[in-house]
Amino acid sequence: MKRRNFLELSALGFGGLMLPSIPVFGDIVSPERMLEQVDPALKKRLADVALNTAKSRGANYADVRIGRYLQQYIFTREKQVQNIVNAESFGVGVRVLADGTWGFAATSDVSDKGVAKAAEQAVAIARANAKLQKEPVQLAPVQGYGEVSWQTPIEKNAFEVPVGEKADLLLAANAAAMDNGASFVNSALFQVNEQKYFASTEGSYIDQDIHRIWPNFTVTAVDKASGKFKTREALSAPMGMGYEYMNPKASEKINGPAGTGLVGYRYAYDMLEDATLAAKQAKEKLTAKSVMAGKYDLVLDPNHLGLTIHESVGHPLELDRVLGYEANYAGTSFATLDKWKTKNFKYGSDKVNIFADKIQPGSLGYVGWDDEGVKTKKWDLIKDGTLVNYQAIRDQAHIINEDESHGCCYADSWSSVQFQRMPNVSLAPGREKKNVDQLIAGVDKGIYIAGRGSYSIDQQRYNFQFGGTTFHEIKNGKIVGPLEDVAYQSNTQEFWNSCADMCDESDYRMFGSFFDGKGQPSQISAVSHGSAHTRFNGVNVINTARKI
Amino acid sequence: MAILTQAEAQAILKKALGFSKADECEITLNGNTGGNIRYARNEVSTSGAEENVSMSVESRFGKRSGVATINEFDDQSLEKVIRRSEETARLAPESPEYIAFLGPQKYTITKEFFDSTNNVDPAYRADAAAKSIAAASAKNLTAAGFLEHYSNFTAKMNSKGLFAYHPSTVVDFSVTMRTEDGTGSGYVTQDYSDISKLDTGKASQIAAEKAANSRNARALEPGKYTVILEPAASIDLLRNMFSNMDQRAAEEGRSFLSKSGGQTKKGEKLVDERITVYSDPSNPEVPAAPFAGDGRPQQKVTWIENGVVKNLYNTRYWASNKGAASIPPPGNTIMEGGNQSLEDMIKSTSRGILVTRLWYIRAVDPQTLLYTGLTRDGTFYIENGKIMYPVKNFRFNESPVIMLNNLEALGKPQRINGSLIPPMKIRDFTFTSLSDAV
Repeated sequence: MKRRNFLELSALGFGGLMLPSIPVFGDIVSPERMLEQVDPALKKRLADVALNTAKSRGANYADVRIGRYLQQYIFTREKQVQNIVNAESFGVGVRVLADGTWGFAATSDVSDKGVAKAAEQAVAIARANAKLQKEPVQLAPVQGYGEVSWQTPIEKNAFEVPVGEKADLLLAANAAAMDNGASFVNSALFQVNEQKYFASTEGSYIDQDIHRIWPNFTVTAVDKASGKFKTREALSAPMGMGYEYMNPKASEKINGPAGTGLVGYRYAYDMLEDATLAAKQAKEKLTAKSVMAGKYDLVLDPNHLGLTIHESVGHPLELDRVLGYEANYAGTSFATLDKWKTKNFKYGSDKVNIFADKIQPGSLGYVGWDDEGVKTKKWDLIKDGTLVNYQAIRDQAHIINEDESHGCCYADSWSSVQFQRMPNVSLAPGREKKNVDQLIAGVDKGIYIAGRGSYSIDQQRYNFQFGGTTFHEIKNGKIVGPLEDVAYQSNTQEFWNSCADMCDESDYRMFGSFFDGKGQPSQISAVSHGSAHTRFNGVNVINTARKI
Repeated sequence: MAILTQAEAQAILKKALGFSKADECEITLNGNTGGNIRYARNEVSTSGAEENVSMSVESRFGKRSGVATINEFDDQSLEKVIRRSEETARLAPESPEYIAFLGPQKYTITKEFFDSTNNVDPAYRADAAAKSIAAASAKNLTAAGFLEHYSNFTAKMNSKGLFAYHPSTVVDFSVTMRTEDGTGSGYVTQDYSDISKLDTGKASQIAAEKAANSRNARALEPGKYTVILEPAASIDLLRNMFSNMDQRAAEEGRSFLSKSGGQTKKGEKLVDERITVYSDPSNPEVPAAPFAGDGRPQQKVTWIENGVVKNLYNTRYWASNKGAASIPPPGNTIMEGGNQSLEDMIKSTSRGILVTRLWYIRAVDPQTLLYTGLTRDGTFYIENGKIMYPVKNFRFNESPVIMLNNLEALGKPQRINGSLIPPMKIRDFTFTSLSDAV
């Protein structure tokens, strides 16, 4: 078992969260302790011990990650704080290449002796595994950056805000929901700080301080007479930001379509406003019209479309998946190398431009360097509808004829080995000036979907089914009322080829996945997906109402 | 020191409790040691071993509670973790759902710890992977698999006199085999408390056979079909149902067991009368801990009997608040079945689909427990008692409640993910679209 505990959240009513359980790493500590920093000079000395030991034992390459991972999670329901988790995990992971093979070892003994021992173990493991290796690992070259540092550009460190103040904000959001007719409300605030020091035999010593935040809630409305209940999730996004995300700003609000009352939040969230609307919408859902199954044009809100991008573009273009390394668990990919090699595989319509990056400010993936010391960047995955690239790290770049890594290597802890993880994957906004009402004006028979809902996709990423948080019927270019029991089913290539239009840059915002899982043993990572409102034509919608 | 004996654990807990100055204090000590090996493309990709012991302390002053954890056990560290939990407790708000810790309890002793599993070394893991890869290579298949094993112990002591101790072991193995042309895929998963029951080579033969036989699948129209669900296919759907049998959610009106007028479906017939589900920590095939996380004893509890909902689980707070019997969530699930083998069930099927595995299962509607997901790694068409040909994978939209009402037959229960589940034949299982995925 890894040094992690799992807080089972199913009992807390977080049915709509991304995972059935929320991983917590490390030991429970006081909030004050979380403000302490480890001296970079000490980290450099320890890193040199690891690198020198590895080299002296015969490693051709070595990297070391000294990581302090902090998490503060606050959970509430209605008027009550249910749980506050303050966790810290501190340790060192050493990865080496010896005899052409990777070896990895990690320790929580952050001393010269402990670090040297881990480096020795890593070399020994590499040597042992070398006997089973068919081809030696090939690393794409990387520059040594010397001693450098990077910090998420935050205005206010969430860990410096008193826990009581944060709990009070959640309770105020709960009260707003209850005052507006909610039967129940569960809310949570997730805050993460990764203090990561990376050093390698390439000559880099990279000190990074990374912050992420995610406010979230689920509002439930119950009609006791009929026995029906409905939920409405928050329309917040997890962000690579500080506590400033929690301070509402009019300039960061984008109005949703006329007739929905919805508001999109860009770089600042208004939790009270959203909780108020959520309660009204949860109640509205109890009596909303049930959808008639059939083909509809869909207009998808960025807070919904993000997950569709994640599942149908982000995952299938992970190169390790394409090659079969994830076959037993996450699966493989329909986007095979032979399709990419044709240079004319139409993943989507000409309107579809999807890029990967680790550099968008405010995004969950934003860092200066990845977990193997590669400077981060932006690159195209789908250009004018055609598949042009994958996501690759140093030991994969040669497979797709690239001479450098894309810089998307990540480990969720010092104790986990780093591997290829999804960067931010985003749909470029349209070039033509257009807001969401103008986008909807062209739709005769459609459905507007906002927020995260049920999501499921096959192991090669062809067939998917997505739900949402709120649904509105579009008739003759206008929103006419709420709908329920909506899910759409499609095939990835068909769906992206039905992409007809999208709003412009002023409508662009991010959605994200805070706990994306991959690998065995499973590791999590956090990733954002940006887009503007986008229209897809003639998508198959099913009715999900049942009687039991 | 990862796996402490009862005496060793008791000694540490007693010493730590001696430092407590709180009104109430409860200490839990958990330890585990284990290893894993992962392979893909017929070679080992990663392997590792881990070991950890940690202590968690909850101190209480009145209705205020604080938690702290530590993984060092010298006297100074023990005192430090107790003090830290006390400091946190003093700052915490009063819990409106406070309930005093349990006093001494009587637990049955269950055997879940096996030396065979506890003694596994890296050589065993390498050999287990090699046998699985050999089964793939012999048939020109590509294997991707994962084996992990753990030895664990949990010990708990509190200031009210409660003491609990339980050691356990488990091994989980799974492998996916794919044909070189990518048109066939097969899967197997097995788990045991006693690793001597696991033969990765033999298990891998099942995945190999399914992969080879699933080449060039034909497309059938989506719709309602009779299906035979192997336990690896049904387990996740069933678990989603059983893990939602919470009394509070049902009484709050936000569960599939809620009814109009604020009532619950306890005592009502919910599924086919041949369905009986219970939990029992003493079952030798799926042994489990004799106590729950909060120290409540785990006993044999019947959840569904002859199709009728008999019991809902609760927290101690909710039980006391409602004057209900205190019933912890179960440690295992045992579903009664029949004596038929999977082969017998296929023989008695005139037209149907055999499902090896269901994948990416997600809730669509919590009110009806509607779930969606897909078949994967071995889906076959059955006609007149025989497997005729492989079929393309389907997406389903189905509720386990509806599924268990459409029951045709139950086979002999098998261990799957720590539970005992029979293969089952279900009529009118709803497939809503086709998938090209192999």
